[in-house]
Amino acid sequence: MIETSVTIVILLMLGAVTIGIVRVRGLFAAVVLLGIYSFLMATLFIVLDAVDVAMTEAAVGAGVSTVFFLGALYLTDTVEAPPVHGQFMPLVVALVTAGALVWGLSDLPEFGSPNQPIHQQGADYLARSMTDTGIPNVVTSVLASYRGFDTLGETTVVFTAGIGVLVLLRRRRNGKEGS
Amino acid sequence: MRFDIVLRVATKFILAPLLLFALYVQFHGDYGPGGGFQAGVIAAAAVILYGLIVGLAPVQRLVPMGLLEVMIPGGVLIYMAVGIASFFLGDNFLDYDHLAHDAVHGQEWGVFLVEIGVFVTVSSTMVAIFYAFAGRGRS
Amino acid sequence: MTAHFSQSATILLMVAGLYIVIARGNMVKKLIGLSMFQSSVYLLYILPGKLIGGTAPILGAGYSVYANPLPHVLILTAIVVGVATLALGLTLVVRIKEAFGTIEEDEIAGDMRSDGSKPGRGRKSA
Repeated sequence: MIETSVTIVILLMLGAVTIGIVRVRGLFAAVVLLGIYSFLMATLFIVLDAVDVAMTEAAVGAGVSTVFFLGALYLTDTVEAPPVHGQFMPLVVALVTAGALVWGLSDLPEFGSPNQPIHQQGADYLARSMTDTGIPNVVTSVLASYRGFDTLGETTVVFTAGIGVLVLLRRRRNGKEGS
Repeated sequence: MRFDIVLRVATKFILAPLLLFALYVQFHGDYGPGGGFQAGVIAAAAVILYGLIVGLAPVQRLVPMGLLEVMIPGGVLIYMAVGIASFFLGDNFLDYDHLAHDAVHGQEWGVFLVEIGVFVTVSSTMVAIFYAFAGRGRS
Repeated sequence: MTAHFSQSATILLMVAGLYIVIARGNMVKKLIGLSMFQSSVYLLYILPGKLIGGTAPILGAGYSVYANPLPHVLILTAIVVGVATLALGLTLVVRIKEAFGTIEEDEIAGDMRSDGSKPGRGRKSA
């Protein structure tokens, strides 16, 4: 299966980038590696047939969020201090979590098979979209029409986060800092 | 960065197609991949690129902060206005069946207007966050 | 493990992000770890929507097998919301840097202890 093997190759590349991010001490390098991570993730989304998500991830993860990180690095430090505590306990916590989650996977249906629950239950938007809305891209019709409430909520969250950033970083008119 | 000739020339060539691509993604979102969220981020990326190359003052002449302060709540208000309009036309909130002469056209109009609301809020929020970071002096 | 390679690998990426969040004291690094954690959650949502031999959920003549669009919608909005909240987190880091002069967790904690837990002893920036 070509799709499965491409998925596995990209996941291995993601693993390599992840090891790089965990090990590197310079924050600038870590941010650039995070951009590579996002691009690989976008490629993987295309392989998984999620083209809308891939487009968003490429524009947001690799583009805009990298700019925000670099802006924050300019205003703070670019090098991480060496660790003070031991790194043993966090590793144990992470590995135990991973073990529990991987153990829980064993009951799931195989990747890409049609007998996964998501393909068998729930609203059948694929069959209804054309007659209800006349929009061939089902992602758009679900986003804006069937689940319009969700999207209104998400837009409000973006609005709220933007207002929060402006309130926290805005300069006062008379040139003094808000504290 | 401001005096790097390669970056300046490349930006001039990229900027207009980038904004055009944002509009394409916005209005072709019904038939291909895309929609308000992606188009908003791409349009914001174009403005941010321009700001990175020419500096904060020139880009704020192009897209002033006052405009962004209207656009950020404006998109949410457009979205809610569509919902309230369908409410007064005898449907549920955000149910677009009666926005046009038949249900399918009404849905298409509703989706179109709602995506514009999403575009306005997302693009202006991203640019405003960039301005906030870029306008802050190093402490 | 072999039958669920994709899901297992996604979980390993996820706990790598979790490890960074717990083990590192630098706040920007913590946010980097949080973004990695977030991206792998997106992947975990998208994975079950895929059907082998299917295509993207844009209806067209000649195709009958499509990926499930519902997780795509949820994750699409989550990505944009994720970057907005990430910006809010970075803003808080910038304000912490201005108030304490550092973004290392341990130094801030020491600062607050020696100060009788009064924050903002550090330099008011110009």
